[in-house]
Amino acid sequence: MAEQLYQRDVYGKTLIELGKINKDIVVLDADLSSSTRTGIFAKEFPDRFFNFGVAEQNMMAAAAGLAASGKTVFLSTFAIFASGRAWDQVRNTICYNNFNVKIVATHAGISVGPDGASHQALEDIALMRVIPNMNIIAPCDGPQTAEAIKAAAENKGPFYIRLGRPKVPTLENKGEFKFGKAQVLTEGNDIAIIACGIMVAEALKAVENLVNKGIKARLINMHTLRPIDTEIILNAARTTRGIIVCEEHTTIGGLASSIDEVVSGNYPTKVIRMGIKNRFGQSGEPLELLKEYNLTNVDIEKSAEDFLANR
Amino acid sequence: MEYTQEKINDLEQKAKRIRLLIIQMIAKAGSGHPGGSLSSTDLIAALFFSELKHDPKNPNWPDRDRFHMSKGHCCPLWYAVLVGTGYFSEEKLLTLRQLGSSLQGHPDRRTPGVESASGSLGQGLSVALGMSLAARIDRKDYRVYVLMGDGEIQEGNIWEAAMAAAHYKCDNLCAILDYNGFQIDGKTCNVMNLEPIVDKWRAFGWHTIEINGHKMKEILSAYKEAKKIKGKPTIIIAHTIKGKGVSFMENVCDFHGRAPTQEESQKALKELT
Repeated sequence: MAEQLYQRDVYGKTLIELGKINKDIVVLDADLSSSTRTGIFAKEFPDRFFNFGVAEQNMMAAAAGLAASGKTVFLSTFAIFASGRAWDQVRNTICYNNFNVKIVATHAGISVGPDGASHQALEDIALMRVIPNMNIIAPCDGPQTAEAIKAAAENKGPFYIRLGRPKVPTLENKGEFKFGKAQVLTEGNDIAIIACGIMVAEALKAVENLVNKGIKARLINMHTLRPIDTEIILNAARTTRGIIVCEEHTTIGGLASSIDEVVSGNYPTKVIRMGIKNRFGQSGEPLELLKEYNLTNVDIEKSAEDFLANR
Repeated sequence: MEYTQEKINDLEQKAKRIRLLIIQMIAKAGSGHPGGSLSSTDLIAALFFSELKHDPKNPNWPDRDRFHMSKGHCCPLWYAVLVGTGYFSEEKLLTLRQLGSSLQGHPDRRTPGVESASGSLGQGLSVALGMSLAARIDRKDYRVYVLMGDGEIQEGNIWEAAMAAAHYKCDNLCAILDYNGFQIDGKTCNVMNLEPIVDKWRAFGWHTIEINGHKMKEILSAYKEAKKIKGKPTIIIAHTIKGKGVSFMENVCDFHGRAPTQEESQKALKELT
């Protein structure tokens, strides 16, 4: 059984690591520091942590002021609030200024679970993706979360890093993490499956089952959503029979749209969108919800089979 | 007397010159916001020409005092004081709002001396709060000044920032409220009443100073008093006249966001020369 980690735990630990070597790192939170794990940074570096209370707009714009004064700011809240509640502050005061503000949004997607629709950010990639200067990473597991946080610290400009609530299995043999470069996890030319975040683990199970049925799928972990790796997408379009996109996000404006934008003008191919189809979420356990919204490995496997059967 | 008459006269002359530049650049641009630029002129001229610790030759001097204009639509005033203190040349003002100009219709970091963009209202007090907290982390004693409009403080974000600045005891932070009593749709008391404004800021934990925003002595005293206040941020609530200095613009709501015609601009410039 693979190791299971909370991405948030890795985030908190990585912040401390970075905080030790870089005195300009400042961390902010909006009353969720125990959930997002920025709280452990607060304990270690109380002078470089500020809690803003339940006031995300102020936190975002104050982050800009800190960045204007030379700080690299990591700030956290749930994805629903990070992307929606303070969108104008993110657009006009962080991204327009191209400031070093790194928004690490936890509790993204349907896998938030029992808290239900109000807390399940299903539109955050879409909302963040349309803003110039914004970089986006949705790491697939614990160790990759550390890589993503370090990449955000090393690269200038605003970042949106999307983390989940539940534990996720650590995926072995992913190869080196490079910001902006997707990872091919399995080779195959029958079909390409492109996924991000926790959907990568689901897709991997599907790919392993497909092998037993004689289908070789190429699994691509698109951890960086902006800037997107166009080369790997176009290669998949050229050398496979079609692309299935898996995301724990609305099918409108997220990863699937990003893929379509690349292929449609360059090498049109069939793109199947597996995500939340124009619906709000609801309460339930993460696995129950993945089933309800047709996002389990079984659904992905079936989707690949159906697609190839109908070609 | 704390301030010599000579100094007061000098600041008044400089403020008059700033008003002239504001009219010239907005008239040339053909659009812009003269009303609030003129109402804040004395406050910001006094700040830049007398109070602010800064070095136009070295805009990134780490110990500089910070200034941020939260009511970004009044950037003609900001640009004029930046010219007046030597950040860039006066000719540039006539490129305001033109394609490719470093003087955008709302503040942008491509302008020397501008540290953060603004324009979407209600965010500048938070930006200033961030700058104030950065000074604390770096153990620097620079001060942070932020100019806000009165209509602007109807934004909820302002009050989030107000609460936080008091919570964090940001005594290096000085907000300046240009209380001219007008916003785009009319008088603030009719559109969305701000009163009791002093009580509100006091209740949020701020030190308040109420002044006539066109009297140099009162303005200078207020900045001086703010520096002495420890343990809380200060807000200078400045009663001003929208369009101040140009007779036919004073208290005329229409000039919130309308450029003067050529004829009007000639008349205004005559009054300001």
